[in-house]
Amino acid sequence: MKVTYYPGCSLEGTAVDYAASIAAMASFLDVELVELMDWNCCGASSAHSLNHQLSLSLAARNLALAEKAQRDLVAPCALCFNRLKVAEQALTAPQGGRLGIPYRGDLKVWDLLDYFSQEKFLQDLSGKVTRPLADLKCVCYYGCLVARPPAVTGRTDSENPQNMERLLESLGTHPLDWSFKTDCCGAGLALPRPDLIDTLVQRLYERALEAGAECFVVSCQMCQANLDLSQERIAQKFGKDYYLPVFYFTELMGLAVGHAAAPKWLAQHLVDPMPLLKFKGVV
Amino acid sequence: MENSAAPRLSPRVSLPQRLIQAQLTVTSCFQCRKCSAGCPLSFAMDLLPDRVIRLALLGQEERLLESRTIWVCSGCMTCTSRCPNAIDIAGVMDWLKEEAVRRGRGVAETGVAQFHRLFLESVRAGGGRLAESRLLQRFTLFKVRRQPNWAELKQNLHLGWKLWRRGRVRLTGPAALRGKAEINDIFRKADF
Repeated sequence: MKVTYYPGCSLEGTAVDYAASIAAMASFLDVELVELMDWNCCGASSAHSLNHQLSLSLAARNLALAEKAQRDLVAPCALCFNRLKVAEQALTAPQGGRLGIPYRGDLKVWDLLDYFSQEKFLQDLSGKVTRPLADLKCVCYYGCLVARPPAVTGRTDSENPQNMERLLESLGTHPLDWSFKTDCCGAGLALPRPDLIDTLVQRLYERALEAGAECFVVSCQMCQANLDLSQERIAQKFGKDYYLPVFYFTELMGLAVGHAAAPKWLAQHLVDPMPLLKFKGVV
Repeated sequence: MENSAAPRLSPRVSLPQRLIQAQLTVTSCFQCRKCSAGCPLSFAMDLLPDRVIRLALLGQEERLLESRTIWVCSGCMTCTSRCPNAIDIAGVMDWLKEEAVRRGRGVAETGVAQFHRLFLESVRAGGGRLAESRLLQRFTLFKVRRQPNWAELKQNLHLGWKLWRRGRVRLTGPAALRGKAEINDIFRKADF
């Protein structure tokens, strides 16, 4: 099965671990990710903050390119996914022609987690699990933009998405329930206002610990960066001793099916997950 | 209530009219304050989101354009998702940011505004994609020039080193796109 793949800028930079685990898991599930030819930056938060038209046009160019390939479009980054959906809506609105980018609108845009949590893949996965993650106490952290706003994402479960839980259950673990799976980590404010990230992310640590979690599972590289890269700083600032590894869901898929490269992806994290995984007998 | 002592406002209709033209129907607000109740960044705001909508409805442009709130909003879309009157509240924040920059007067959060500007300039300069390292360099330089915080800089350099050792820093940016001219065109048409 072939899909068009829109990696986004971070996956060529700080999120190379996410990119590698996605490539491995796609081929494991017999999905051929065909990278969108000549894709450009979606503009992210900066474009929609400073220039509405720019934010629509940047994302729209990618849709127009993807439409030519006549395959579904999959985006692993929550923000890219969201911006593509916003542009899709703008282009197919009655005045969509104003942007000057031709688009018919018969393309389906997926976020990667939603794509991989289709029933056919879950069944396939659960049959291939060699190392069930049974003892791993984790919380699913979706972040903001794969789900919200429902008028853009088209989801009916934006306050309480469940697909990551379903996917992890097929890997033999039962994620813990908690109420903060779509609370904001601060995203792009990480550089200009790291103090705000500290407050938001520390709350998430505390709430995850209250739920009894030992680690986070995420599907967005901004969430991963804020939860993983800031952990030491936040622990110092608040006088705490946090140890909460932050996995991409694709990394846990790799671990559960015994993919040989999984330890290599995990070695790129700042909070080393190995002590936890060894303790749990996963590796 | 703090409102009773506030100076009397003289409502102006031009702002709500312009917002409605941009599909931001602030006039539908019935002040339930669900937006403020659910906002994760309310702790850092000088005006809560429901106040922003109310002041927009009353045409209080200056107060809004000078506020910190519009810049510390992370765009998480909780308010927009929960508004019972389907007002795109986060969209109103964006509209106000754009307007504040367009007017060219000082903004309350120069760091955030400058970050966004440098982000987009990096995308344009890189020929269509963002080189994270380029943005990081440029933003660090801006911060050092404005008000150096050596402790933070040291911390960030240390973090950069750790990422580098893990193969997560790419010093060379992505190659310019074949559609670089199209990208330039998109920026030009959007007046950026």
